[in-house]
Amino acid sequence: MTKLTLSRGINEGLRKALENDPKVLIMGEDVGKLGGVFRVTDALQKDFGEARVIDTPLAESGIVGTAIGLALRGYRPVCEIQFDGFVFPAVDQIVSQLAKMRYRSLGKVSLPVVIRIPCGGGIGAVEHHSESPEVLFAHTAGLRVVACSDAADAFTMIQQSISSDDPVIFFEPKRRYWDKAEVDTAAGVAGALPFDQARVVLDGADVTLLCYGPLVRTCLESAAAAREDGRSVEVIDLRSLSPLDMDTITASVRKTGRCVVAHEAPVFAGLGAEIAARVTERCFYHLEAPVLRVGGFATPYPPSRLEEHYLPDLDRILDAVDRSFGY
Amino acid sequence: MTVESGAATTAAPLLDQPAPDTPDQTGEFIQLLTPEGERIDHPDYPLDLPADDIRSMYRDLVLVRTIDTVAISLQRQGELGIWASLLGQEAAQIGSGRALSPDDMVFPTYREHGVAWCRGIDPVKLLELYRGVSHGGWAPEEHKFHLYTIVIGAQTLHATGYAMGIQRDGADRGEAVIAYFGDGATSQGDVNEAFVWASVFNAPIVFFCQNNQWAISEPLEKQSRIPLYQRARGFGFPGLRVDGNDVLACYAVTQKALQAAREGQGPTLIEAFTYRMGAHTTTDDPTRYRLASELEMWKLRDPIERVRAYLVRGGLADAEFLAEVDAEAKQVGARVREACRNMPDPPPLALFDNVYAEPTTLLREERERYAAYLDSFEEAAGR
Repeated sequence: MTKLTLSRGINEGLRKALENDPKVLIMGEDVGKLGGVFRVTDALQKDFGEARVIDTPLAESGIVGTAIGLALRGYRPVCEIQFDGFVFPAVDQIVSQLAKMRYRSLGKVSLPVVIRIPCGGGIGAVEHHSESPEVLFAHTAGLRVVACSDAADAFTMIQQSISSDDPVIFFEPKRRYWDKAEVDTAAGVAGALPFDQARVVLDGADVTLLCYGPLVRTCLESAAAAREDGRSVEVIDLRSLSPLDMDTITASVRKTGRCVVAHEAPVFAGLGAEIAARVTERCFYHLEAPVLRVGGFATPYPPSRLEEHYLPDLDRILDAVDRSFGY
Repeated sequence: MTVESGAATTAAPLLDQPAPDTPDQTGEFIQLLTPEGERIDHPDYPLDLPADDIRSMYRDLVLVRTIDTVAISLQRQGELGIWASLLGQEAAQIGSGRALSPDDMVFPTYREHGVAWCRGIDPVKLLELYRGVSHGGWAPEEHKFHLYTIVIGAQTLHATGYAMGIQRDGADRGEAVIAYFGDGATSQGDVNEAFVWASVFNAPIVFFCQNNQWAISEPLEKQSRIPLYQRARGFGFPGLRVDGNDVLACYAVTQKALQAAREGQGPTLIEAFTYRMGAHTTTDDPTRYRLASELEMWKLRDPIERVRAYLVRGGLADAEFLAEVDAEAKQVGARVREACRNMPDPPPLALFDNVYAEPTTLLREERERYAAYLDSFEEAAGR
């Protein structure tokens, strides 16, 4: 076991994938010599060469479009989109091409492409560098959408994503890149939790708190604070946003009777809306309160001096938990 | 100090000014067979095809035009939802399609019925898409012919990535890629990005642009102020213009460009100068935006008539051969018509198939629920 940052955990996972399968490629802007703006691909080009770790021209549609072509040729490209807000030029290639190819070809074509996207706010960045577009991709059939929240999970989830024969949108919480966790880089992924399953990261009895990516740590902090008030909060890291692991969610909510969903993305038509509807259908007679949501407002992402108000923090999440007990 | 604005008084409103350099629509192109059927030589493209090959090209041209005509009729009869006709572009497609080696990979638009024919795809498979029973459904790798791409220009990036894959598989593979697109597509970001990628990675690809003069209702001058083939220069690779209605010239230039790509010389842009003689699709009405006289002019440059004239005049084909081709066309047309009319709808629950490598829980649930819903009607009907 080694203590690694989340960024390093992904890096080690990418390294393993490159070692294990000669068809794996890394491609994106600045992923080579620089090692990516967050250093997630640090030293990979040096060790695996320019043919496998490809510094591309600066155009996101081109990155994803050529990755599709490489996948048609039998490669397993891992694309880096430098920031969340820069994925939109690639949306046709992701939504209309990548996601639909298996379906269009009646199963004759697989596109094992991973698209890594650093996401979310909290680093004081300029606009277009702090967004949470996951629901756009979760809404698109044919894509798998996952979000890692710590180094250990990131290490295995990136490898599982690369092994998947489906296209995967892989969200990385950029403000957690520097958070450290114990990672067993010697272990394979065989024993790891499948990347389409949620994980109960904290057992609790009174309320279920669902989260993913950057808010997992925040929710754990909220749960610790709630514990002081005598409330036992169960925290679930969803990990997979599409498909959703409804079995894990349902089991928890049937136990606690209360459910709060937290995400950075706007609450309106966010993932929480889908979860609330499904939890209501499945747990109607177990619920003590409506499923509540806490997240970004129905605004564009604000200037960074205001992001502390926009991002759900420990207190806003606790407030939502409190409201859940008001019914 | 007051600054006088000269522009306000002297210049005409911006929108009234003609573009200083509109695309050259009459400029020269590479031609080996004139519209009158006269064989001419080009120093860079010597071509000495056996008569059998030219007869076989003629057969292809006639058959794909027949299939196209049948498809239009099938649409009119309600058997197809829509059809995108290739009328007028047969030579560009058969010429370039026959220049491919079996290992070369094709990335088509939705109008490449002639190239599909050259890759051995049953025309009935193409009709599946337009009838609405599948989104394609042929095996792309088996035919080395990717699925039709409807979003304009998106396939040029797939083609470029595929070509980068060929490079990574080893330089001696002797394979190349051809990406088809139209004049309108040259305005798309994806096509320009594909040019950039192919250029900087020196990818083994031929960009084959069928300039059929019209992007639905928009003429070429809405897309470009320079001839399209000249765009290539700015991206750092050669571009050339060929008579897109000349099957021999299309064959020769494509073959040479593919060979250059296979030998590591990187991409080429070919502008096949042709004309969409029909509507954009069966839903379109070209009389709203272009003159009948234009079509009449292009009829004189018909891609099939010139080959027939050449074959007959040179004694390379007799009446019997021409009659055989016509008879075969009739047969193929009848088979396609029959197969289309008999094409069953897919079973309803097939709509849940092939979304993921393995169905997700969500899909299984939706499928089961919908199956039960459908069954409830059967039960209600007492079956």
